[in-house]
Amino acid sequence: MAQAQLKRVHRKEKPAAVAKKPAAKSIVRLTAADLATKQREISVSEFFTKNRHLLGFDSPAKALLTTVKEAVDNALDACEEAGILPDLVIEITEISESRYRVAVQDNGPGIVKAQIPRIFGQLLYGSKFHRMRQSRGQQGIGISAAGMYGQLTTGKPIVVVSKVGPSKPAHQFEIQIDTKRNQPVVVADREREWGADHGTRVELEIEATYKKGRHSVDGYVEQTSIANPHAQIAYVAPDGERREFPRVAGELPRAPLEIKPHPHGVELGILLKMLQDTKARNVASFLHVEFSRVSSALAEEICRTAGLSLSFSPHKAAREQAEALYKAIQATKIMAPPSNVLSPIGEELLIEGLRKQIEADFYAATSRSPAVYRGNPFLVEAALAYGGGHLPGDELITLLRFANRVPLLYQQSACSIAKSVIQTTWKSYGIQQSRGALPTAPMVLMVHIASVWVPFTSESKESVASYPEIMKEIRLALQDVGRKLGLFIRRGLREADAEKKRSYIEKYIPHIGIALQEILGINEKQKEKVCATLKETLERSRTS
Amino acid sequence: MSDNVVGKIKREAKNVESTILKRKKPSLKFPVRSLQNVRYLEKEGYFEIRGLKKERTLTVNTVKTFAQTLRMMALSKTLVETDDIATKREAYYVSKNWDEARFLEQTESDTVMDDVEALFEVNREQLGFVPEEKGGDVAGNLIVVDKDPDTGKAIRIDCTKFGSGAYSIPISVEVLKFETSAKFILVIETAGMFQRLVKHGYWKKANCILVSMGGVPTRACRRFIRRLADAKKIPVYVFVDGDPYGISNIYRTFKVGSGNAAHINEFFCVPQARFLGITPQDIIDYKLPTHPLKVVDIKRAKDALKNDPFFLHHKQWSKAIEHLVSMGVRAEQQALAAHGLNYVIDTYLPEKIAHPEKFLP
Repeated sequence: MAQAQLKRVHRKEKPAAVAKKPAAKSIVRLTAADLATKQREISVSEFFTKNRHLLGFDSPAKALLTTVKEAVDNALDACEEAGILPDLVIEITEISESRYRVAVQDNGPGIVKAQIPRIFGQLLYGSKFHRMRQSRGQQGIGISAAGMYGQLTTGKPIVVVSKVGPSKPAHQFEIQIDTKRNQPVVVADREREWGADHGTRVELEIEATYKKGRHSVDGYVEQTSIANPHAQIAYVAPDGERREFPRVAGELPRAPLEIKPHPHGVELGILLKMLQDTKARNVASFLHVEFSRVSSALAEEICRTAGLSLSFSPHKAAREQAEALYKAIQATKIMAPPSNVLSPIGEELLIEGLRKQIEADFYAATSRSPAVYRGNPFLVEAALAYGGGHLPGDELITLLRFANRVPLLYQQSACSIAKSVIQTTWKSYGIQQSRGALPTAPMVLMVHIASVWVPFTSESKESVASYPEIMKEIRLALQDVGRKLGLFIRRGLREADAEKKRSYIEKYIPHIGIALQEILGINEKQKEKVCATLKETLERSRTS
Repeated sequence: MSDNVVGKIKREAKNVESTILKRKKPSLKFPVRSLQNVRYLEKEGYFEIRGLKKERTLTVNTVKTFAQTLRMMALSKTLVETDDIATKREAYYVSKNWDEARFLEQTESDTVMDDVEALFEVNREQLGFVPEEKGGDVAGNLIVVDKDPDTGKAIRIDCTKFGSGAYSIPISVEVLKFETSAKFILVIETAGMFQRLVKHGYWKKANCILVSMGGVPTRACRRFIRRLADAKKIPVYVFVDGDPYGISNIYRTFKVGSGNAAHINEFFCVPQARFLGITPQDIIDYKLPTHPLKVVDIKRAKDALKNDPFFLHHKQWSKAIEHLVSMGVRAEQQALAAHGLNYVIDTYLPEKIAHPEKFLP
C-alpha cells in the first residue's frame, strides 16, 4: 500500500528518472550463452508433477476419486475390447487418516508382460491417443499419473498383477517412474499364483481423504454402474462396507469401431505431422489412405484445389504446401464421417441402469442419432427418473453427466451438459425451474455423450466443452425426454383432478340432501334416495 | 310477506328435488348482478333490473357452491319461520357446522347470500339476514318517531338534541315516522365534513337536516332518506368529493341504485337527489387545490362514460365527467379549507344552495 503510494508520487514528479534508475546498477546482464545453460527439456512427468491439478489430483479427496476412476476406466475398456463382460472389484483400504490403498481388479484379457512397465510407468503411453475410437481413456495419461501421484506422496510403487490366460503364470510387477526421463523403473518382477483365469489387478498407495456423498468415490461407482449396466461391480469402501452393483444387461454393448480422422477435424499442425509420418508415396493416396470419407476422386479434387500435383511426395511437403492443402480441405465439401462407429447405451439400458439404482415412478430415455462436430462423430443420450417419494421434491434435480460412459463429477457449471439443462424450458414439461438454474423437481436426469473424441475443457476430464453442435444435440435429447415426462405429469394431474372431482361428489352431495330435508321436511329415506340419484347422475355425466 | 319468502324457498327446493329424482341435473337461475342488467328509468328515477339471468347447473364443478346455496336457503327459512335474524357474520359462523360445506371466508358466504337474495328478488332483511354496518349519522331539524322494542310505544327522537354527536340510522327503517320543517336534506360523504357542519350548527343556519354517509351509502341510509324525503316532500342535496368515486360510486348508487342489488333498487334509491358538489366546474370556480387523478380514477371514469346507463342518459353528467378527466385532477370536499376552515359554511354552501337549479341531475 505504502509502496504503491510512493510510486505514484514518484511518477508524478519525475516520470523519466524513475524509468531509468533501476536498470543501471544492480542487474547483471546475461548473454544468450549464459541463458542457454539453463534451458533444457522439461519432461512430461516433471511438468505434471508440478501441475498435478491438471490431471485431477488437486485435493486429497479428489486424488482418491481420480485414482479409482483411472483404474476403473482402464479395466472396463480392456474388458470390452476383449469382448468380456466386465467383472470388477474395487477395494479401498484406509491405512491412516490421510493414506489409502486403492485396488482395482478386472477379469479382462490381462496385459502382456513386456508392456506392463510402460503402460503403468510412463506418461503419454498408450493405445488410445492415436486412434479415433470411442473409449473411456483418451490420452494415455491416467493410470500412470495416478502411479506417479502415489509415488510422489507415499513413495510406494504401483503394483500390477496380470494374467493373460489360464495356462499362463500371473506376473506381479512393482513399478516406479523416473520422473525426469518419463521412463518406468521396475522395482520388482515376479511370477505368482493367482486364482483367476485372466485379468489385471492394480494397487496403489496414495495420500488421500475419503468422503461420502455424490462427489465421492461412492457416487462415482454408483454412477459408473448406471452407465455400464453390462458390468458387475463389487465395491468395498474404506469403512469395510461391501456393495454389489449387479449386472442388468447380459450382453456387451456394440463394440465401437475405429475410424480414421475426418479431414475437417484436423488442424494444420497435425496435418503436417501426418504428412511426415505417412507411408503413402504421393499426396493423393495420402489423403485417401489416412482420412475417412476421402475417395480417390475427392483426393484428386483436393490436390487440384491446393495446386499440388497428384504425385507430390508428402514427405517433401513444407509448411506452404501443407497450408495450401489444409485450406483446400476446408474449402471442399466432404461427406460427414461414418457415424455407426459409436456405441450408445441405448434407451432400454439407460432406463434399466437408472431403475436398478434409483427408485422412481417414471423413467424415460432417448438415444439420439449420431451427429458431427469438427469432423468427430458423437451422439447424445438422455434419461430421467421422476417422482416416487424417494427423491426430494423441493430441491434442484440431480444431474448425472457421462462421457463415453464415464461419470463426470466435478465442474458441473462449466459443462455444456449443465448449460443445456439450464437453458431448456422445463416449465413446458410441468416442472418448476428458476431462471438460470437447474429445474426443481423430484428427478434424476442423466446425459451421456459418446464420441471418438470427447472435447473436455481440461485434461482432468470433468466437463464437456460447449461446441454449438454438441449443445444442440443435448438440447434436442433433453426436449425429447422432457416431452415424455410432460405427458406423464399431465396424465398424473388429470388423474388427480378426476380424483378431486370424485371426492367433491362424495363430500357435497350429502349437504344437498340435508338442505332439501330442512326446507322440504322430507324423511331420511327420501333424502337418501335424492342423494343416491344425484350421485349417479353426476358420475354418469363425469365419465361421459 | 314472510310466508311469501318461505313459499318461494320451498318452491325452489321442490323444483331441485324433483329434477334430481328425474335423473336430471337441477339448476338455479340467478339474475345477473351487474350494470349490464339494469336500465335507467328516468321518470321513476332508478335502475330497473332487466331480465338477464345466469343459470347455475349442478355439476361436479359447481356441487360445492350449489350445496352451500341450498344450505343458506335452509338457514333463511329457519330464520324467517322463527322470526329471528342473523348478521352476515353470524350466518358465516353458522356455516361452520356444515362440515366440508362450511365457508372459509365471510366474503364467500356474503356472495352466496347476495345470490339467494337476488334469486328470490327480495331484500336480504326479508330472508332474516341483516348487515353489521350502521346506516349513517343524522343531525338537524328532524324528529324521528320510532317504537320501543319492548313496549311497542312510540318514541320521539329529536335530532337537534345530540349536541356535537348524532342520531344513528337503524338497520330497519320501515317503521319510522318523521316530523320536520327543514327546507332540505344535505347528504355528506365524509364524517369529517359532517363534524364541521354539526359543530358550527350549520343545520340551524340553513334550516336543514344533515346526513353523513361515510362512503358508499348503506341500504338503510338510502331507504331512510328516501322515506324521509318522500314523506316530507323536501329536496335532497348531495355533497361529495369531486372525483370519479364520489360521483359514480357514491352519488349514482345513492340516487338510482346499483347493478349488484338491482332487484331492490326500486326501494333503495333516492331519485330526488341532486348533486351539489364538488363539481368539476367548482374546482375552477373556487380555485380548489387538487390531486392528480389516479389510474383507477381514470378507469372508473371511462367505465362510467361507457357502461353506466345513468351517465349515458344525462348528457350534462357525461360532459362533467369528461371535463374532470380532461383536467386530470380531483378535489376533495375538505379542499375548501384552503380558503379558511369555515369557508365551506360561510361562502361555498350558501352560494350553492342559493341556486339549486344549477345542481347536476
